[in-house]
Amino acid sequence: MKRQHIDKGVHSGFFLIALFSITALFLIMVFLFIESIPVFDHITIKEFIFGKYWYPTDDPADFGILALITGSVCVTLLSGMIAIPLGIMTAVYLAEIAPPKVAQIVKPVVELMASMPSVVIGFFAIVVVAPFIQKVFNIPVGLNMFNASLMLAFMAIPTICSISEDAVFCVPSALKEASFALGATHFETIIKVIIPAALSGICTAVILGLSRAIGETMVVLMAAGGAAMIPGSIFDPVRPLPATIAAEMAEAAFGSEHYHALFAIGLVLFGFTFIFNLVADYISYKFRQTGEASL
Amino acid sequence: MERHIKMYTENLDFFYGNSQALHDISIDFDENRVTALIGPSGCGKSTYLRCLNRMNDLIPNIKVKGRAMLDKKDIYDPSLDVVTLRRRVGMVFQKPNPFPKSIFENIAYGLKVNGVKDKAEITRIVEKSLKQAAIWDEVKDRLNESALGLSGGQQQRLCIARALAVAPEVLLMDEPASALDPIATQKIEELIAELSSRLTIIIVTHNMQQAARVSDRTAFFYLGKLIELNDTDTLFTKPELKQTEDYITGRFG
Repeated sequence: MKRQHIDKGVHSGFFLIALFSITALFLIMVFLFIESIPVFDHITIKEFIFGKYWYPTDDPADFGILALITGSVCVTLLSGMIAIPLGIMTAVYLAEIAPPKVAQIVKPVVELMASMPSVVIGFFAIVVVAPFIQKVFNIPVGLNMFNASLMLAFMAIPTICSISEDAVFCVPSALKEASFALGATHFETIIKVIIPAALSGICTAVILGLSRAIGETMVVLMAAGGAAMIPGSIFDPVRPLPATIAAEMAEAAFGSEHYHALFAIGLVLFGFTFIFNLVADYISYKFRQTGEASL
Repeated sequence: MERHIKMYTENLDFFYGNSQALHDISIDFDENRVTALIGPSGCGKSTYLRCLNRMNDLIPNIKVKGRAMLDKKDIYDPSLDVVTLRRRVGMVFQKPNPFPKSIFENIAYGLKVNGVKDKAEITRIVEKSLKQAAIWDEVKDRLNESALGLSGGQQQRLCIARALAVAPEVLLMDEPASALDPIATQKIEELIAELSSRLTIIIVTHNMQQAARVSDRTAFFYLGKLIELNDTDTLFTKPELKQTEDYITGRFG
């Protein structure tokens, strides 16, 4: 009897703790909604999302976040263009080509890079990368979309590489052998058999890596230049969504229109990361293989 | 009848790291005949088979001594292109391992990696290979569906078709029917009989009745050594060695 009581107690304990953490997260989400809704008394959703001008302190203020969304999207896309090929190729190298001893050392190192504090990366962007970009491309300012994208790419690479490596490593060796037995080279096997078979894991890796990039605040705050305008080239400064919130929240008067607008930006950002995660889930479900050759 | 030897090994030793898995194996394989390799689990017959298309190269720390010859050329010669070797010496594995692609793509893959670009030619060979593997009638209406939707026996015949598509001269089969039910097994055996008129087949099997049914010659392996090699009829009716007799009568193994 006594053992059963202990067991019940343990069950309830875990239930309460799980309930607490889930409720807390849910309440944060509710709070985000409640705090952002008042801004739509002053401005329609369409004006908010598609408005080109963000002048929150002017009179009358402009709360159009199109430039901020564009900034976030451009920075994320550009960092994706850098991080996806590098991350996946590194993963393929580690899982398929590198001697086991090299892979054993390099993989943990790549994963450790994910633990680099973002403020350090931002600092590096300002002190080292910005002057370098200024000199190489002969432009007046080094803090711009390109710099921020580069830094975000290096933050996304460990995630993309590590998860893709797991996916590539898990491709059944029976498939590799089948390909070799038909007279395929190692390269053909990688491109036509291994990567397609690992695609579900690789897509998940890419999306998780990019959702880290789109939500990242400190690096874009420090390195992106901070101008709320729609960029014309990759060397223009931008002001992504998270950087806007971080930079202005301290100055926005509590309960003001600006304050609620910043919460609404948070809501938009939440929408982005939420969609990213949904897509990741969907892709890993859709490409999941079944049968003998399953992953 | 004059024998024509397609492939042979001479004093072949094989090592995984420091442990020797094969000792001094010499076998010759007649062209367009079926040779069966039998023996208890772990006796080295699969390892031996995988030496013949250098599939063991994928495993780190292996060493091969002795000679393995295909058409009188040493397949372990450093100047030999292993990709060409594997095209000439095809392989069917123990578990069906179709690619997670469509049925058509599974067969076309080998052609594409071997440089066949003409679409009509690919379509023609895909159909021919599926017919040779006696699976055409079952899949002709679903060529674009995933190969993973086929039954185990169908998948294995698909894998045979896939191997046939690149026109190998020798076909290695590593217990091709061990994962299949009796009906599917019978189909595979009929297929082997059919193919042996134009292909040199080397088949590893656990099933002695299967070896007796499909092969012309049989080699009995035990603990990494070749114990006896003879015509299948002779080996199963009048084995020369007591050890072989004990094994085929089921007294050990």
